[in-house]
Amino acid sequence: MNLLWLQSAGCGGCTMSLLCAETPNVFDLLTDAGITTLWHPSFSVQTGAEVRALLASIEAGETPLDLLCIEGSIVTGPKGTGRYHMLAGTGRAMLDWVQSLAPLARDVLAVGTCAAYGGITSAGGNPAGAVGLAYDGRFGGGALDAGFRARSGRPVINIAGCPTHPDWVTQTLLLLAEDRLGAQDLDPLGRPRFYADHLVHHACPKNEYYEYKASARELSELGCMMEHLGCIGTQAHGDCNIRPWNGTGSCTRGNYPCINCTAPEFEEPRHPFTETPTIAGIPVGLPSDMPKAWFMALASLSKAATPKRIDVNAHSDRLKIPPGEGKRK
Amino acid sequence: MNERQLIVGPFNRVEGDLEIRLEVRDGAVASAQVNAPLFRGFEMMLPGKDPRDALTITPRICGICSVSQSSAAALALADAGGIDMPPQGRIAAALLHGVENMADHVTHFHLFFMPDFARPGYDGRAWHDRALARFTAMEGSAARRATEARAQLLHIAGILGGKWPHTLAIQPGGVTKAPDAGERVRILATLRSFRRFLEDSLFGAPVEAFAALPDVAALESWESGDAGLFQAISADLGLEGTGIGPRRYLSAGAYPLDTGRVSASGVWEGGQITPFETGAITEDLSHAWMLGDTAHPARGLTEPDEDMADPGYSWCKAPRLAGRTVEVGALARQVVDRHPLALALAAEGSVRARIAGRLLEIARLQILLEDLARSLDPSAPFMAPAPWPRSGTGAGLVEAARGTLGHWLRIEEGRIAGYQIVAPTTWNFSPRDVTGAPGPVEAALVGAEVRPGEETPLSVQHIVRSFDPCMACTVH
Repeated sequence: MNLLWLQSAGCGGCTMSLLCAETPNVFDLLTDAGITTLWHPSFSVQTGAEVRALLASIEAGETPLDLLCIEGSIVTGPKGTGRYHMLAGTGRAMLDWVQSLAPLARDVLAVGTCAAYGGITSAGGNPAGAVGLAYDGRFGGGALDAGFRARSGRPVINIAGCPTHPDWVTQTLLLLAEDRLGAQDLDPLGRPRFYADHLVHHACPKNEYYEYKASARELSELGCMMEHLGCIGTQAHGDCNIRPWNGTGSCTRGNYPCINCTAPEFEEPRHPFTETPTIAGIPVGLPSDMPKAWFMALASLSKAATPKRIDVNAHSDRLKIPPGEGKRK
Repeated sequence: MNERQLIVGPFNRVEGDLEIRLEVRDGAVASAQVNAPLFRGFEMMLPGKDPRDALTITPRICGICSVSQSSAAALALADAGGIDMPPQGRIAAALLHGVENMADHVTHFHLFFMPDFARPGYDGRAWHDRALARFTAMEGSAARRATEARAQLLHIAGILGGKWPHTLAIQPGGVTKAPDAGERVRILATLRSFRRFLEDSLFGAPVEAFAALPDVAALESWESGDAGLFQAISADLGLEGTGIGPRRYLSAGAYPLDTGRVSASGVWEGGQITPFETGAITEDLSHAWMLGDTAHPARGLTEPDEDMADPGYSWCKAPRLAGRTVEVGALARQVVDRHPLALALAAEGSVRARIAGRLLEIARLQILLEDLARSLDPSAPFMAPAPWPRSGTGAGLVEAARGTLGHWLRIEEGRIAGYQIVAPTTWNFSPRDVTGAPGPVEAALVGAEVRPGEETPLSVQHIVRSFDPCMACTVH
């Protein structure tokens, strides 16, 4: 089972995050799973002419390609040429390389939101014409056709996230190595369901504040960040608070809002990232599957019922009032 | 006379994509052109946005210097709005940034730079078996141990920053997360564990011993750990004589605390250190695929040349300080901070000097991180919320692992009106300027040995990687 990893218009942060894989480290994990890295831009020894020879051999069908991982969006500019990224040493646009290599791969993985949907590289008017592999934002069709299928018959697997969690990448690779990732295991946006079927809200340490709508007004306050600070963890797909980052972290554990980075077009929320837009004082974008009237009724009830402990702590930068001892019955 | 041209690319084990064109004459590089082949246009995305959004968008320029970008943006916004961080906020931000810089240095040495010495081209050298065992790409025992140590070190970023890369924890008014007493001791425990890795594996001795090296003779007699292996390789291959930089070094000073920056700011040339005048920075566009005139970054524009016309050959602009190239990075920081070993290596300006400067910084940074963590006071404020500026200009200068990073922004009517970034590798990997003067790496490659039949010369690889380039930041 061999793997080729290419980077295009992204920051390389998904590779840097992948290196944070633990027990075992990422190299042991891949080797132990029988995955051979043909080439990775950050890890492999081969450079320059050696890599060009490898790419030629894959294109000629002499070296079979099982797993093609693309990190970063694919730029189509200027004027549809893709010349904003010519793969170094090859005189060919990355757009051309991806279109040539993807059909040869057993499976194609878009690693990170840039490769999946365009991501941050397509923010602010999208100066470089960045698109994802199989998506342009939320619409099907990017560098590859919307109907693209790899040799396995699977569509592009979108391991979205900015960055991706190392386990999201490694577990997807391990599942593919055992050929145990079926069409039913991907969500409607092509994301592996093992992480995308959770919401960032699940196990968020601010859940008690959320229950009472005890809301932080400034970054650094402990309260829930949904009402004022732009947090969309109640709608964002990802197991970030169930599967911690870098030991024990997550965005909301770091006390800043979830910006829904696993979703297409997260880069253009149409409001400042850290400010919740409101209409007549009501936050826009309530939990996606909750009737608005119910939400409002429950919110006003729970706000009125907020214990002093939760109200005070929500507006503090650290715990001011600890929970008391429960009364014996 | 024997002449040929070589195109080296994709040039890997650097961050991002890189292409180098070489004119080779009589077995040596006669001239070099460095091309940063990817354009994304971050400076064009930001105008019109709420200033706060810079803190979400700019870290995503780079996945390896993400906290550096975040720190520079926060400082630029703070400068524009007259916002101050409380002292403990500065300590937490410095700790988070220092952990990233440490992780980057360790990644560079073990995964990017050293694997070249395990290549078959060095078969038969006295040190080659050791290099094979320790540094074979993705397999070597040191590479794997370092990867694990780095992942554990970044648990500190998990505590203070939620995640790494791309945290939103650093704000102009402080940090969002106030660590508690338990987290403080957890951070210290993680640092002690990282110290064990450095002392068992990299230095084979206390970090204090390496940090105290007084001169080149002491460096040359260092034998323990992988630092000793590098020294043996360097002595055998003569790395003290290759890849000579401009021997002008710039540092903005790292880690702004309320007592001042931890390391000194300044420019070193010819044994003299003078103040860093940020007003003397210009970005020259003559050989970049960029339209417009040479300008200071506070007034600069980013308009790509869609025709990619000659004489342009890179998306990278050419920053100059008072019209001249400077080198930035760990060596530059240590030189400007007047460490005796770094000062002794300054005039050498070689591959060896750069690697030794980075090892020296690793040793000193470990000690600094432990001091910072010990001085965390969980009872103090870490953030002082302040109103966001509606108008104004600001600059934020920090030291990323690979050198000086600056953000310059202008805010008008509550929106970003201009945003320019000069990244470390923009300095080091710049193309030629209007006078035809090559960038630092272009100049450093001249004279590099090209052996018969070599398509991707080993000497070129050592020189280029010794700068620890980050091409993602370079063009942004």
